[in-house]
Amino acid sequence: MTPFANLFLIFFRIGLFSFGGGYAMLPLIFQSIQEFGIMTAAEFSRLVALSQVTPGPIAVNAATYVGYNYAGVTGAAAATVGVTLPSFLLVLAVLQFIRKFEESKAMTAVMKGIRPAAVGLIAAAVIMLAETSILDGPVFSVRLITDAAEYINLLPCAIFLGTIILAGKFKADPILLTVVAGVIGALVIR
Amino acid sequence: MLPLIRKAVIEEKNWMTEEEITDCFSIAQSLPGVLAVNVAIYVGAKKKALIGSVAAVLGVTLPAFVSILAVLLFLGRIEDNLYVLGAFEGVKAASAALILFAAWKMGQQILKGKLEYFIAAVSFIAVVFAGISAIWVIVFGGLAGLAASRWQHRKGGAE
Repeated sequence: MTPFANLFLIFFRIGLFSFGGGYAMLPLIFQSIQEFGIMTAAEFSRLVALSQVTPGPIAVNAATYVGYNYAGVTGAAAATVGVTLPSFLLVLAVLQFIRKFEESKAMTAVMKGIRPAAVGLIAAAVIMLAETSILDGPVFSVRLITDAAEYINLLPCAIFLGTIILAGKFKADPILLTVVAGVIGALVIR
Repeated sequence: MLPLIRKAVIEEKNWMTEEEITDCFSIAQSLPGVLAVNVAIYVGAKKKALIGSVAAVLGVTLPAFVSILAVLLFLGRIEDNLYVLGAFEGVKAASAALILFAAWKMGQQILKGKLEYFIAAVSFIAVVFAGISAIWVIVFGGLAGLAASRWQHRKGGAE
């Protein structure tokens, strides 16, 4: 398969099976790029970081990033079209028989189960990110206890905890927190 | 993003009523894919059929597409700049924290009973510990929701 067809199909699948917003899509994006050997875990966490500081939906940012790295600008376009095409087909189909869809009890029940699954997926995305940012490997590892000093990246870990506290307790603006973290990183971590 | 769309479509452009946009959001949310893209296709199709949806999708995706390309083209040259790498480390750590916070807030809204906690926990464990595809997690969630409603219905009917 050509790289373009490959990218298109991978991201079509991502577009078709993602519910619950951008963060909930991250595990599937991560699994897909690993399955097809397109990108490393470290590169993935960089992609997430970049999506946080650029405008637009995360999935489109991700498709552009992965597509470009794998096959240049055309690759970026193929992946982006792939991730949006399922939306096209489904939204236009639903608009044809809108009444039935809204009244469907089955659909309501299915969504009631998918929403909590999306919460689980977002939590899983945090684990995937932690492994290449605040830690030097899997979150659930004995090294976290036996070799903590080496295993935990101290400054990223401090930024992580600081962000949690400032966002959770003091309701600080997420964009501001991200920018501040970037500045601290540039000045201290390098 | 939804409040911005609501404002543009209702107040600025007068394209839809409050009720129509609420319908649009609820349908966009129960379909897979990027929420903002789903909304764009819906609004575009209502106004100007297929051409309208294509225009709206281009509008909502291009800024994301172009900004990532711009950063990547730029980064190609400064890849081994220590400041940039340091900034990435900082933003990565903050992103992990903000996503955890998002999971927490969404959990407070959605995890209302034992069933919801069960589905969320199984989903998390399946992906993190068993390496099961997120696609199966979504399928599982949908089936569990359906099974639960059938079961409640039957129980309700028997009483």
